[in-house]
Amino acid sequence: MSTATPVTFAARARQSRLTWPLLALVALLLVNVVVTPSFFSLRIQDGHLYGSLIDILKNGAPTLLIALGMTLVIATRGIDLSVGAIVAISGAVTCTYIAGAPDPTSASAAIIGLSMALGLCVLLGLWNGFLVSVLGIQPIIATLVLMTAGRGIAMLVTDGQIITVTNPAYRQIGAGFLVLPISILISLAVLAAVAVVTRRTALGMLIESVGVNPEASRLAGVQARTIIWTVYVFAALCAGVAGLMISSNVSAADANNAGLWIEMDAILAVVIGGTSLAGGRYSLTGTLVGALIIQTLTTTVYTAGIAPEITLLFKAVVVIAVCLLQSPRARAALRRGKTPPPVVPDAGTPSAAPDLGVLADVPGPVAPASTSSSHSAQKAGQR
Amino acid sequence: MTQTQADDLRPTTAEPVVLMRGISIEFPGVKALQDVDLTLRPGEVHALMGENGAGKSTLIKALTGVYTPDAGTTTLNGVQVAFHGPAAAQSAGISTVYQEVNLCSNLSVAENILLGREPRRLGGIDGRAMRARSAEVLARMGLDVDPASILSSHPIAIQQLVAIARAVEIDSRVLILDEPTSSLDADEVAELFRVIRSLRDEGVAIVFVSHFLEQVFEISDRMTVLRNGRVVGEYATAELTRLELVSAMLGREMDLLEEIERAVAESAPSDATDTPLVRVTGLGRTGAIEPFDLTIRAGEVVGLAGLLGSGRTELARLLFAADRADAGHVEVDGRPLRLRGPRSAIAAGIAFCSEDRKGEGLVADLSIRDNLVLAMQAARGWARPIPRRTKDELVEKYIEALDIRPGNPDALIGNLSGGNQQKVLLARWLVTEPRLLILDEPTRGIDVGAKAQIQKLVADLAAGGMAVLYISAELEEVVRLSDRVVVLRDHRKIAELDGRDVSVSDVMALIASGDQADHRSGGTERKAS
Repeated sequence: MSTATPVTFAARARQSRLTWPLLALVALLLVNVVVTPSFFSLRIQDGHLYGSLIDILKNGAPTLLIALGMTLVIATRGIDLSVGAIVAISGAVTCTYIAGAPDPTSASAAIIGLSMALGLCVLLGLWNGFLVSVLGIQPIIATLVLMTAGRGIAMLVTDGQIITVTNPAYRQIGAGFLVLPISILISLAVLAAVAVVTRRTALGMLIESVGVNPEASRLAGVQARTIIWTVYVFAALCAGVAGLMISSNVSAADANNAGLWIEMDAILAVVIGGTSLAGGRYSLTGTLVGALIIQTLTTTVYTAGIAPEITLLFKAVVVIAVCLLQSPRARAALRRGKTPPPVVPDAGTPSAAPDLGVLADVPGPVAPASTSSSHSAQKAGQR
Repeated sequence: MTQTQADDLRPTTAEPVVLMRGISIEFPGVKALQDVDLTLRPGEVHALMGENGAGKSTLIKALTGVYTPDAGTTTLNGVQVAFHGPAAAQSAGISTVYQEVNLCSNLSVAENILLGREPRRLGGIDGRAMRARSAEVLARMGLDVDPASILSSHPIAIQQLVAIARAVEIDSRVLILDEPTSSLDADEVAELFRVIRSLRDEGVAIVFVSHFLEQVFEISDRMTVLRNGRVVGEYATAELTRLELVSAMLGREMDLLEEIERAVAESAPSDATDTPLVRVTGLGRTGAIEPFDLTIRAGEVVGLAGLLGSGRTELARLLFAADRADAGHVEVDGRPLRLRGPRSAIAAGIAFCSEDRKGEGLVADLSIRDNLVLAMQAARGWARPIPRRTKDELVEKYIEALDIRPGNPDALIGNLSGGNQQKVLLARWLVTEPRLLILDEPTRGIDVGAKAQIQKLVADLAAGGMAVLYISAELEEVVRLSDRVVVLRDHRKIAELDGRDVSVSDVMALIASGDQADHRSGGTERKAS
């Protein structure tokens, strides 16, 4: 047993799309430990768990939530650029209602406010889904409409002001604790729910089928339109809840900056997690790892004291490294120590990660970065 | 009919301008061309004939440098050449005019003719010289078109002639016309042919690809017929009858055709007094197929025969509601069926296996298992997943019954061979236990062994009571399997033949001549206009 099991495990690990993102995450965490020895330490204070790891999870909760919705949208060959704007709208509607409620501190004001916000988010998701699945507009354009208009809507709701509220019940969503921060618990609960609903039923398989070949799916009797419509509604709802977390955490709604560029982080998390933008097979665990990588990266930049001017560059290098590690062609090239031969593009068969192949030719910092991360990962395995 | 080696048949005795010998091209899993020869002589119109997938386009692309052959040689005027891309072929004098006009419609006629070779003066483009040179070329072709006019202001036919003018201007010695007449009306075709003839008389070798047999017989001097990537023969047009051409394209020598035994001859013809399973009345769609009637009984195989573009697939898609019909209605078991989309057809027990395996069948990135249960799962709805055990049993059963290889349910279907992919797609529908199975070209592009297996399966299914609508370009298959054969031509149902007496040559005669008067045809035939 002791001889057979590791071989199978190694073989399976090599085939899994998750292996490399996981190793990258471990490597990032190790970098943090080197820089800040107390990085892994957790402490309990007033029954709440504190520590850098908890901070990463807490700050990453909204991104994770949005990335979950995005995963399903991307699996249907779509994309949703409007989630950042929906974050802003959701916070704006809730805070504006609470601020104007008869008793701005009551729990009922918070509940009514957030129900209104989430209801609106469902409507916005229906709008996106309508444009994509009924009118057949390309997803990137269809959701660009709301990406642009959404912040305007949020500004109208807040009258262009930053609305601050003092509502203990509302504050729980983003800043509350139940041993762990409540926002983490919400995101993990949604992750579990999505996993159960899509993987225990046939929904996941049908979503993938629609993403890989919409016409073949339609001819096989799959209700492609309904499925596509539903995932956009779900993505908007996730963004709405994320918007509640973000505005609740600071007890304010900022129509301009809440959720700014978060759609990009979410898309990145999905892609790092191994779900192809060409649609089809998706990995929820991958998205979780992807979201954690992005958040850890942000945290690392702060704790390691990397100069703010090169923060974005640093982030970009790590992201490229992770993406390269996932590209079979780049890995083959690393193994042989030379550039890969050009692959003849096969029309009609989208490869697993079509865009990454181009990056395989990027020289310089990429190869050292990836080698070092795999080295440290091996060390981690030995400990 | 014997294969005619036509060295001494055609007027020109000139040396061939293009000689392709032993050309083979292989794509992953498909031998697109095998040992193909093509000889083009100056001053002749050479038709390239064959059904879809026979290898015509591949051969043209091998000649023009789009594909590099795996084996074989090409010589141009006695010099061996290997083009790296269409531009190289064009500068060597081989021009291609594609089906879709490949010009800049926002530029003038003259600019299109001289695109990339504009006469220059003082560092700029010499507009006057450009118009003069274009006018010269157009005049040479006998075309009355203003070189300064914008291309898009002309009808497609003229645009196509401008594309040819462009080839003439660069003094092409070989001009390839790929389906040039598909969007032209009769007068425009006449105009095009006049131009083709004048070019031919100037000594240009012209390759003419078309599905319109009449036009091929009108314009071509010689033809090469391809089938399944091989040359069937090279013929002089004047010595070939239409029937012989059709039989060469579809693959049976006439004498042999008469002798083909029907493998399912003894299968019980259905009782005509039964309520038919499916009764179609006046179903049609503008531009796809004219309204047709059709009845299909349980346990019956109805074959659909006709050339490519005759409306075979369109008919099937209407019946499956993959496309919306704009006339007619369908009854299943005597009850009217509203066809609102594939789901409604599936609910009524109709299944449709598309001819476009890659585009409309496979979900390439998913496993054999997922592909196999897709239709069944879709019919159950997402909330009622097929239990794991049932799924495994079904998959195992069909992998074994249809001999699907590899037998690993987790293998991605995109990596299977064409024949095995087809079997999985068949199984996808068989698990839904349909009452009418529509198979569109189920044996196209798959190896001989799988072909035989699939035909056997169809016969077995019909014997088990399933109705099958069988579409294939291979008439032998259609005739062998079918209890009745419906013949289509030009998007119209022209005849319905009782399969017990029908022979491949009967069907071919109908397809080729369209003369229906002396055939035992069904009551639903429509007169050709």
